[in-house]
Amino acid sequence: MLKVRAILINTFREAVRDKILYNLLIFALLIIGGSILMGTLTIGEQQKIIQDMGLASISIFGTLIAVFVGIGLVYKEIDKKTIYNILSKPVHRYQFLIGKYLGLIFTLFVNLMIMVGVFFSIIFFINGTIKIALIQAVFLIFLELMLVTAIALLFSTFSTPTLSAIFTLAIYVIGHLSHDLKLFGAKNQQIWIKNFTKILYYIMPNLEYFNIKSLVTHNLPLPENFLLLSSLYGITYIGIILFLAICIFEKRNFK
Amino acid sequence: MMAIKTIGLKKIFKSGFGKKIEALKNLNLEIKKGETFGYLGPNGAGKTTTLKLLIGLLYPTSGNAFILGENIQNVNIKNFVGFLPEQPYFYSYLTAWEFLDFYTQLFNIPQKIRKKRINELLHLVGLKEKHADLQLRKFSKGMLQRIGIAQALINDPEVIFLDEPFSGLDPIGRKEIRDIIFKLKDSGKTIFFCSHILSDVELICDRVGILVHGELKAIGKIEDLVETKLKSAELAFSGLEEEEKEKIRHFCNRMIEHSDKTLAVFNNRESVNEAIKIIMENKGALLSLTPIRETLEDIFLKEVTHDGQTT
Ligand SMILES: Nc1ncnc2c1ncn2[C@@H]1O[C@H](COP(=O)(O)OP(=O)(O)O)[C@@H](O)[C@H]1O
Ligand SMILES: [Mg+2]
Repeated sequence: MLKVRAILINTFREAVRDKILYNLLIFALLIIGGSILMGTLTIGEQQKIIQDMGLASISIFGTLIAVFVGIGLVYKEIDKKTIYNILSKPVHRYQFLIGKYLGLIFTLFVNLMIMVGVFFSIIFFINGTIKIALIQAVFLIFLELMLVTAIALLFSTFSTPTLSAIFTLAIYVIGHLSHDLKLFGAKNQQIWIKNFTKILYYIMPNLEYFNIKSLVTHNLPLPENFLLLSSLYGITYIGIILFLAICIFEKRNFK
Repeated sequence: MMAIKTIGLKKIFKSGFGKKIEALKNLNLEIKKGETFGYLGPNGAGKTTTLKLLIGLLYPTSGNAFILGENIQNVNIKNFVGFLPEQPYFYSYLTAWEFLDFYTQLFNIPQKIRKKRINELLHLVGLKEKHADLQLRKFSKGMLQRIGIAQALINDPEVIFLDEPFSGLDPIGRKEIRDIIFKLKDSGKTIFFCSHILSDVELICDRVGILVHGELKAIGKIEDLVETKLKSAELAFSGLEEEEKEKIRHFCNRMIEHSDKTLAVFNNRESVNEAIKIIMENKGALLSLTPIRETLEDIFLKEVTHDGQTT
């Protein structure tokens, strides 16, 4: 455990001393602030717009951080051969990967807390209160980010950073269109399109399970057990992805 | 029990277009405990590939390897192993202290011992206290090589692998690294290092192996490799009668006469001794004795060019 923890801390330390992270974070905070400012200037559904824009920007920037920082940190370790020094120590490859993953998650958590801190402060300043549904929405965004990070990690165990980023972002987009994908397939006449979309639908993560933005902004109640089921879904999916990543990583030759 | 043993170790890389590169062909090697072994070969010979296989960064296409009697697949064996990669890159964002502390944690070394160990290592590799809190991005090439060695020694390993530890260093830097290796050798460690620079190896190694195109061409003590391959000596003398000169002419390779001086070339030690005896007994004058020793460089070049001709 000490070994995994050491890798976790080192990953976090690298992320914190990296400029990309700060640039993304500052940009995110500007967008969150800007969207809220825009919201306050709109007449009418002010509240709704502020919450919607705030949550959306947190989700998107969280994803960008997960993808770019996540892929970057794993790739650098292999490209700069620093991984040689780690794997020449009594460290199992899975310990390296798990340590790296947890380090990335911890980095994301800290970043998310900063963004959410700013967002909630502004909401609190305007409303004088924070809805419990907002906290639930943020929790689900974090789960989604954990899943996206696992996918980014999986790709970076065997692919180049550019391809990994493209694939991960593609899965992120498809994951949010999951429902439309199913509808599209059902309506289509051609058999192969029907089957293809069906397979995609079942393999790709359904990221809409982590999206309750519209429910929150419209003050609608969550379906029963939604949080529990989403959490279970997320954790299972993450487990499978990490397992795959470890299998690939164990077999890999470091050139 | 051997410190390092490989049995038919082989690695084939598949590059694009189905092309195969046989980087290491059937390596059988035995290194004893406490030995300092120099693994020599030109660039691309397969030295780094061998090390990566032994460390577990690459998986062999076939064959097997053991360190201290344990199969290298066993991760725990690395508790007794140290490794300095070729052209090492390090986390430039860490300070020297943080860097070494990170690696101590990968060995479950207790907190109390950690601090002491890091200080000892910084001292061993000749880094000053003021360097401990400096970020590695500010280190020179020589300092990085030293921190790299410190990193390889963090667990006080029994078996130490060094990949080109002298590359990119100036003469002073090389001497410093050599001194560190001598210290390790004195404390009974097994050291396996790769190099394509022969002068570094001759001074340090108990044995060397010469690798060319993935094949181990020669292995042995430097004296043996150098002696059995070819040895000759030139003896210059004067003041002998024709009759005695004739005796020497019988068992020497070549004899050159120049006014009253004679130069005889011999190809083994016994003949040289015999000739000296004849000169002494007959009150001749021994002018000079020049051993013509084939250097490691010669052997190295010969193996490489020989290989070039046959393949
Ligand atoms: N990852 C790789 N993929 C393909 N070929 C490789 C790879 N690594 C090394 N080689 C080839 O294997 C041979 C041996 O390389 P290497 O072990 O690095 O040599 P050395 O360390 O002796 O200079 C070279 O011909 C090199 O091109
Ligand atoms: Mg090499």
